[in-house]
Amino acid sequence: MTNLLACRECDLLQKEVRLAPGGSAQCARCAATLYRNPTDGFDRTLAVTLAAAVVFIVANAFPMVGLEVSGSRTSTTLLGTVATLHDQDMTAVAALVFVTTFLAPAIDISAMLYLLLPLKLGRVPRGLPAVFRVVDAVRPWGMVEVFMLGTLVSLAKLSHLASVKPGIALWSFAVLMLLLAAGAVSFDARALWSRVEATR
Amino acid sequence: MVTGSLFGAQSDTIMSGVVFLWVTGSWPLALIIFIASIVVPGAKLLALTFLVISIQRRFAWAPLQRARLYRAVELVGRWSMVDIYVAAVLAALVQFGGLMSIRPGPGAIAFGAVVVLTMFAAECFDPRLIWDEEARHG
Repeated sequence: MTNLLACRECDLLQKEVRLAPGGSAQCARCAATLYRNPTDGFDRTLAVTLAAAVVFIVANAFPMVGLEVSGSRTSTTLLGTVATLHDQDMTAVAALVFVTTFLAPAIDISAMLYLLLPLKLGRVPRGLPAVFRVVDAVRPWGMVEVFMLGTLVSLAKLSHLASVKPGIALWSFAVLMLLLAAGAVSFDARALWSRVEATR
Repeated sequence: MVTGSLFGAQSDTIMSGVVFLWVTGSWPLALIIFIASIVVPGAKLLALTFLVISIQRRFAWAPLQRARLYRAVELVGRWSMVDIYVAAVLAALVQFGGLMSIRPGPGAIAFGAVVVLTMFAAECFDPRLIWDEEARHG
């Protein structure tokens, strides 16, 4: 039996072919990526997600940047930034920053661990389809890499004004950005589902 | 964004911030902010409008290019959040009491709304509609 699949972006039906590790299949009509076969996809995603969870905690527990102007000093964490915005009656902006840099990555990482850890141990987690959809919905809203650029730009702006001290959390955010990207690259939804089928 | 200091308050719009960076010689930063905050959201609005109209009018023209345009819109749109983060980090760090403080102005809310709304718009758009005419004729 040959498997047929429809392109998610243009609905063209085409035959499924087996891919070499590291390969990807493109739609014949609209050139969208149909599916991929990342090398060691499952294990790499799990490893990278675990690392991301640790780095995420460090990134939020320590100050990102410190600033010193003629003796007085300020520093801030990510959540401190959100709190300051809230105090300045900028609740909408505070909520936007909170959701895109804290909540979305937190949900992404914990949902992925909830899916991957039991599968690794040979069990299918409860409510798998729903959690899987949560990951899909939340991903576009995690903007750690954009936040990183924004922080760097603001530090460059401030460097004229005061001495700027990058904190541990700033480096952690840089690493988190790379880990999240690596996790997304090594993850393929179809590979996850075939793993689920094999486990059942 | 409003910068308050001993010498009074100063308001900056996105564009005046870009101009300031450019004049003071930080032109790479000026370019980043200009592209992320002005070019990208503008182009995104134009591109989505064009895509929606092209489907409404049942254009059969260049579906591949339009599909690519849509993918580019999805990929690039998030980067317009940069300026929100810049304002947020500046506001959180520059708090030296009466000496100097920075706070985002009403423009920040409107700008954030642009980013969020255009992201929702891009998510609602179904790229498969681009190919419907192709199927009808071909």
